[in-house]
Amino acid sequence: MRQDKQDARQLKIVIVGHVDHGKSTLVGRLIHETGALPEGRFEAIKAQSERRGMPFEWAFLMDAIQAERDQGITIDTTQIRFRTERRPYVIIDAPGHKEFLKNMVTGAASAEAALLLIDAHEGVQEQSRRHGYLLSLLGVRQVAVLVNKMDLVGYSADRFGQVAEEYRAYLKGLGVEPSCIIPISAREGDNMTAHSGRMPWYQGPTALQALDGFETLPRPFERPLRMPVQDVYKFDQRRIIAGRIESGSLEVGQEVIFSPSNKTARIRSIEAWQAGTPETVRAGQSVGVTLDEQIFVERGEVMSHVADAPQETNVFKARLFWLGRNALEQGARYTLKLGTLETEVTVEAIERVIDTDDLSAKAATRIERNGAGEVVLRTRRLLALDEHEENPATGRFVLVENHMPVGGGIVSMEGYPDQRHLVTVRSTNITAVGHAVTREARTARNGHKGGVLWFTGLSGAGKSTLALALERELFAKGYLVYVLDGDNVRGGLNKDLGFGPEARAENIRRIGEVAALFADAGFLVISSFISPYRADRERAKEAAGAAFHEIYVKASLEACEDRDPKGLYRRARQGEIAEFTGISSPYEPPEAAELVVPTDELPVEECLGMLMRYVGERFQNTR
Amino acid sequence: MDHLDELEAESIFILREAFAKLDKLAILWSLGKDSNVVLWLCRKAFFGHVPFPVMHVDTERKFPEMYAFRDRYAKEWNLNFIRELCPPIEATDPTLPPAGRSAARKTLGLRAAIEKHGFEGLILGIRRDEEAIRAKERYFSPRDETGQWNLKDQPPEFWNQYMTSFPEGTHVRVHPILHWTELDIWKYTKRENIPLIDLYFSKNGKRYRSLGDKDITSPIESEAADIDAVIAELETTRTPERAGRAMDHEAEDSFERLRAAGYM
Repeated sequence: MRQDKQDARQLKIVIVGHVDHGKSTLVGRLIHETGALPEGRFEAIKAQSERRGMPFEWAFLMDAIQAERDQGITIDTTQIRFRTERRPYVIIDAPGHKEFLKNMVTGAASAEAALLLIDAHEGVQEQSRRHGYLLSLLGVRQVAVLVNKMDLVGYSADRFGQVAEEYRAYLKGLGVEPSCIIPISAREGDNMTAHSGRMPWYQGPTALQALDGFETLPRPFERPLRMPVQDVYKFDQRRIIAGRIESGSLEVGQEVIFSPSNKTARIRSIEAWQAGTPETVRAGQSVGVTLDEQIFVERGEVMSHVADAPQETNVFKARLFWLGRNALEQGARYTLKLGTLETEVTVEAIERVIDTDDLSAKAATRIERNGAGEVVLRTRRLLALDEHEENPATGRFVLVENHMPVGGGIVSMEGYPDQRHLVTVRSTNITAVGHAVTREARTARNGHKGGVLWFTGLSGAGKSTLALALERELFAKGYLVYVLDGDNVRGGLNKDLGFGPEARAENIRRIGEVAALFADAGFLVISSFISPYRADRERAKEAAGAAFHEIYVKASLEACEDRDPKGLYRRARQGEIAEFTGISSPYEPPEAAELVVPTDELPVEECLGMLMRYVGERFQNTR
Repeated sequence: MDHLDELEAESIFILREAFAKLDKLAILWSLGKDSNVVLWLCRKAFFGHVPFPVMHVDTERKFPEMYAFRDRYAKEWNLNFIRELCPPIEATDPTLPPAGRSAARKTLGLRAAIEKHGFEGLILGIRRDEEAIRAKERYFSPRDETGQWNLKDQPPEFWNQYMTSFPEGTHVRVHPILHWTELDIWKYTKRENIPLIDLYFSKNGKRYRSLGDKDITSPIESEAADIDAVIAELETTRTPERAGRAMDHEAEDSFERLRAAGYM
């Protein structure tokens, strides 16, 4: 690339810091000093200030909106351009007010370098630290710190030293080394473009030199190829797979793999309109390719070379920042956007919440708005992703709630294995026998085995109460769990059955088969029926095989009759209900139940605790 | 990749996101240099095709050269072309200044067209450097049922992730060249040899820098008679692009009011 003045690449910078520490003033000063102001703008603002009876403010250059002037704070990121001897810049005036953190993120995420302002008089404040933290999370590694308003502290070298040291120590905790820390007064123009006579003790770079000292970031050509598929087009006879190359490069004829479907093909052509027929494309380009084989590929997959494909997982750790109005909660579900893929995600655990004031971490079950923390996320489907350190573009994600982006995070796979080997069926010309997705693969994906918890016991023993409570608990922990009971089975599947002995047996047989299918599909099924006959339960056990767990919800007839929640025992005693289990027809207790839950001896909470422990021991995936 | 390649790649990515995520999409073609570039970018993104309607919201007060240009390229580029008309001036907010009212006709025409066709997404060729309020825009900018833009509470956009799903009744403006400058547009137009209305070039010492309705657009003093001369002129000018657009300058907040109500 040519490096002369005209063609030097533009550098995107962001200006951040606590509210009122002088960001808009700095920007106003910079664009004036570099001659970037449109003609007449300076004069217009001077006139405007006079009309309002206010002294001239550099910040007015930025604050072109009525509402902003009235409120006196910068609301949103605005992009303004200027040029130095070295190169062109686009500056983003990011706001400092806490409420507008999402705008700061919007600006800073696309910046290659940052100027962080601190008021010399007020010193390091909440937002000075929070913005520093976010810059590191957003991946902005080039930071220069400007200690502003030196005029208000009498250009004191001591005061500058205090502020500089305090903030340097904070950044060190984040692993960020500022390129320089400069004492300035944006309003008075000290150390902006030339050294100020009022601070002879400072001989380091000026603000403009600090800018020119930053480097434009190289495109990640050397990293492995990653192209998230945006779409598949068939506008004419070509079937074009479109996307942007985020890293690496690609040549016609190379073999590629699409993750997580793990299908492979060769690149037949690179398509373009009015740009010839390229043989090679590289990171940064929006491209289209055709393949030598007609494989089914869709939006959301990641195209890479076979040898260095991304990892595949449905669970990972993340450092994230949260912008949502509602706090991020453990167990909550959001939409995850990673590359071009969108899927539902559950917050399995909040490992720690970070206090950006002192970088301390503490345990919590929620992350509040404008907070940050470390979480474990679990998705239903397999994702193709990278460790953020290794490939930022495919190692970061956005969370969405009610259509609105509410958070962003970076991926860590520490402690989680790549699941690619579990699901890879590379050969495409073998006819599938049995399921293409193995039980092991489902278990790995879901984080637990499938199975049937067959609750049996008298009416009123507490089966439904426990089944529903257990379902709720397991669901919150991310389990695929479902209760089968009279309500959802009798209404449809077994609508045609009455209550005679044959019909009741058929009722249980069907439930047994359905439960077995659910279990095979990876679900934990809780069936909640009296199921009084051993033979019926045996058949259900045969259907589900080893996945069948008989749970005896045990309470004496007296206890059940005492509780009588639906008044059924009373009506049975009065002869209103024929063939009522325990009264007018038998209940055959299990002989070797996997678990006995004595509900007439223990309170509900303890019974639930027994069940949760049982499930944890028997069903959780232990790789 | 040079600067123009980077701009192009980013815009193509945004256009493809819009096409993948939005059900009923259209592009607004104002016939000017910016929307011509957007159309060109669409054909790049979709390999020679523009796979959605191309709509001109016609004030019927454009220059004759603009209509000739429209009719020619709608045919030549094989566009799915739609023309919608704007209501009379009497239908606009009487408290706006005169040129503002004239511009507001287009807002009303646009709103009616969106309703008529049920568009969920509309692609527009606005840029951040045109005007201070446009500088605040997002690439994907949601509007409520009445077309209102909630400037103070916009969705965050980062890491190439945009707000691409919406509550019922919302439509979204997609701005694929938001990050381009006027000079970028001209350099790209030159590089790609994109056709252009020749009102942009100097005749008798004047040329149009920005094209709108006849009655509210004025030419600037210029000797730039071809594309190279225009680029050379813009590299040194410090006069804002929309200086010739009357509605921007009638009152401090007139453009902001137009924008909040749904103006482009």
